[in-house]
Amino acid sequence: MFDQINYSLQFIKPELILVCTLLVSIILDLIFKNKKIVIYFVIAGLVSSFVSLLSNSNVNQHLFFNMYAVDPFSHFFKIFLLTAILGIVVFSMFSNEVSEIKSRKGEFYYFLVALTIGMFLMSSSTNLIMMYLSLELTSLTSYLLAGFMKEEKSSSEASLKYVLYGAFSSGMMIYGISIIYGMTGSFDIFAINIALADGVTSLALLISTVLIFIGFGYKISAVPFHFWTPDVYEGSPISVTTILSVASKAAGFSMLMRFLKIVFIDPYASPSVNDWGVLEIVPIVEILTVLSVLTMTLGNIVAVWQTNLKRLLAYSSIAHAGYLLLGVLTLNNEGYSATLIYLVVYLFMNVGAFLIVMLISNKIKSDDIDSYKGLGMRSPFIGITFSLFLISLTGLPPTAGFIGKLYIFSALINKEMILLAVIGVLNSVVSLYYYVRIFRNMFLRESLPTDKEITLTLGEKILILAFAIPTLILGLYFAPLVEFAHASVSMFAGN
Amino acid sequence: MSLVVSLQHFIFVSAILLSLGVYAILTRRNAIMVLMGIELILNSANINFVAFSRFGGMDVNGHLAAIFVIFLAACEAAVALAIVLNIYKQFNTVNVDEVATMKD
Repeated sequence: MFDQINYSLQFIKPELILVCTLLVSIILDLIFKNKKIVIYFVIAGLVSSFVSLLSNSNVNQHLFFNMYAVDPFSHFFKIFLLTAILGIVVFSMFSNEVSEIKSRKGEFYYFLVALTIGMFLMSSSTNLIMMYLSLELTSLTSYLLAGFMKEEKSSSEASLKYVLYGAFSSGMMIYGISIIYGMTGSFDIFAINIALADGVTSLALLISTVLIFIGFGYKISAVPFHFWTPDVYEGSPISVTTILSVASKAAGFSMLMRFLKIVFIDPYASPSVNDWGVLEIVPIVEILTVLSVLTMTLGNIVAVWQTNLKRLLAYSSIAHAGYLLLGVLTLNNEGYSATLIYLVVYLFMNVGAFLIVMLISNKIKSDDIDSYKGLGMRSPFIGITFSLFLISLTGLPPTAGFIGKLYIFSALINKEMILLAVIGVLNSVVSLYYYVRIFRNMFLRESLPTDKEITLTLGEKILILAFAIPTLILGLYFAPLVEFAHASVSMFAGN
Repeated sequence: MSLVVSLQHFIFVSAILLSLGVYAILTRRNAIMVLMGIELILNSANINFVAFSRFGGMDVNGHLAAIFVIFLAACEAAVALAIVLNIYKQFNTVNVDEVATMKD
């Protein structure tokens, strides 16, 4: 037993570094008045975890008695999550909302580390209890982060709504897990898979699957488990909104994808790259199809009426979860790698869009869409980069968003799900309407005479470019990303 | 007439607890009451875990899962109560319907 644990420990160095960073930064935060020390320590910890992660590639191991898998798939997500979190740490340093709270500023950054640990565990768990606990670690930290500005009514309200919806959905999820345990006698998802393939009562299985999906659906904010999303996104500090919409959504997807692939695929059939051989006991593809269509349609249609930009981006992020589910429901290598590509693209364009909303709300104290009138004329730099992010979110060439959508839709067409691809394209057309509305306000409307010019510091400009340039480049030169995504899912089937 | 307690009884109790929990969450407007409903749901899962583990002839994993869920319920209660306390400071109420500053 100790051999196994000792053997396993050498593969989880990135996680161990993060845990040490968390513990030490809590102590540093208690000792020092100057919170900058904590921030730089957190950045150093995240970077060294990143370095040790990169040296850990090409590992494919099941660790800790099959509870934890370090493999190319989780490797991809860990690189993704650390990039996102590092981006967001830098992003938060420019945020007035976070910096104004001087005494608790250190807290914010070590919560981000705790969140990263939770998301790392989510992307690697292969045991239902482990999955549930890591999901809860992520959720509990997010509740606190959402309510970080506790003096503000909106932030407190966001955290209350988040904790109530979150605790409810995770409660339903653990009940579903308990039923699956009763039917199969195991928490190990590989053992559950074999037990399911050997035949179990399908009605109880259907119920427990639906209950478990409530937990996943809440994490990726899929309709009808999305009710928390608009309020939490609007009320939380913008840097937290960004984490929730990018990193924790990606972690939810990594867990969902691993769960689907391992539990609902026939273990006795040898999976080919294009067809994994889905077990017929639960209508899993149909459930995912309904979720995905509902999610993108509702997200896009409700977004049309929004006047607050954070709320608009919240609904747009619901819609994007729908597109991502389209890639997942194909349940083959092509669809899964398309989902990974889309997630990376979504990281750059969505964080970029939120970054600009945050910088503007720092200056003019408003997220209202009307206060963006004439912005493109007043500060062309913001106007042009924001338009780039919006074009990419719509999915038009030559931006990265186009490549993401292209791969998802082509995966659907190769799987002969033409109707779903058509619904996806129609949804993109709807989304064009509300993204263009922002664009129109920025360039075609006159600004009020009282509006001042918005000037950015050099650091802020560099940060915006750090997200804008990848959004543009990934739209033109995307071969490395595609190869990386293919390599990350190739462990599931075929070569 | 002798009554033998079997697996079914436990599953019935847990299903009733689950339903009561969901009912409490849907009907109670007091945030503390909603949290109590969530505790009921977690405990119904615990009953399932322990009962399956005891009667299903399964390993000890079910008991361990129940312990983890109990720990987790404690963490969740700590975080949720802190948030509710803060809500009370800001809004002077813990009625979830009155805590609504953001609207569609």
